[in-house]
Amino acid sequence: MLIGAFVALYTDELLSAVIALGAIGFGSSGIFLLLRAPDLAITQVVVEVITLVLLIRATMVIGAHTAGGKKQLLPYLVAGGIVGGLFIFSVFTLQNMPEIGSSVMDRIDDAPSLYYLLQGLDLTGSTNQVMSVLLDFRAYDTLGEATVIFTAVLGGLTLLRKNGRAEPNE
Amino acid sequence: MNDNRSLIIIKVSKWMAPFIFLYGLYVVLYGHLSPGGGFPGGVIIAASFILILLARGRRAALKKLPYGVAKELDAIGALMFLTVAMLGFIFSGLFFANFLQQYLPGETRRWFNAGTIVINNIAIGIKVCGAIFVILFFLSVLRISGEGGIDFRSIERK
Repeated sequence: MLIGAFVALYTDELLSAVIALGAIGFGSSGIFLLLRAPDLAITQVVVEVITLVLLIRATMVIGAHTAGGKKQLLPYLVAGGIVGGLFIFSVFTLQNMPEIGSSVMDRIDDAPSLYYLLQGLDLTGSTNQVMSVLLDFRAYDTLGEATVIFTAVLGGLTLLRKNGRAEPNE
Repeated sequence: MNDNRSLIIIKVSKWMAPFIFLYGLYVVLYGHLSPGGGFPGGVIIAASFILILLARGRRAALKKLPYGVAKELDAIGALMFLTVAMLGFIFSGLFFANFLQQYLPGETRRWFNAGTIVINNIAIGIKVCGAIFVILFFLSVLRISGEGGIDFRSIERK
């Protein structure tokens, strides 16, 4: 995934940048699968395939290259400083972080997730606990997600329409 | 549109699209029993239409799922989700309360057992299917019509 990110940043052709982005997406879906989140993995794979196909189609038609220019030293220095600072910060932070894969219930006795997992089947009747959290305990989040998609469609309608747009010459 | 489309692509997309649609339907309807749910299922259903859009052109895709219908599906899904939430408010006193499971609990691990979760899944599936298709349809039309933007009146007239 890191290699894909670097290729996407530094390649000259737009098409290979898009394909590298796809590689990052598939890598993250593999990570979701390893962390035992099949719901997320399914979503990631499907969305990734559609996005990849459409982006490839768009770049094939235009045949564009990435916006090149003179490489300046100052942005690299600033970015390097930020990354270095974050690295030093994370070295101290990660020592206090719990081990990856250990659940919240092991460290905190009355964590809310324990209640969801124990009572979820009785209260909602759903075998898939992800769905019982998404659509029952935390349905407000899903409402917000639905609003985001609705707004995306509205934005597409507004930005891409022809009639109703002001003439640029006048 | 142009006639130099490959016969193999047209035929294979014709055969594949119904199965992709069926699988998306399964993911939506069994979201409360197995991994899946409204969002991935809706995207898979939209993918079956996008396959037609890519393989057989805009006109064939619009014949299967007209632009106006997809736009309505988006709104219908959102309204269905909110209606279920309001019904929970009316029957149980809480927004998004699972009133069906409260009053008629189903047998565990059967299809109708999770109350409003099934209905919410279907609503989200309808909504996401319409929205993803409309968004990707915008992108595909933008390329065809050039810089001037999309003339929506001409699309709805077709």
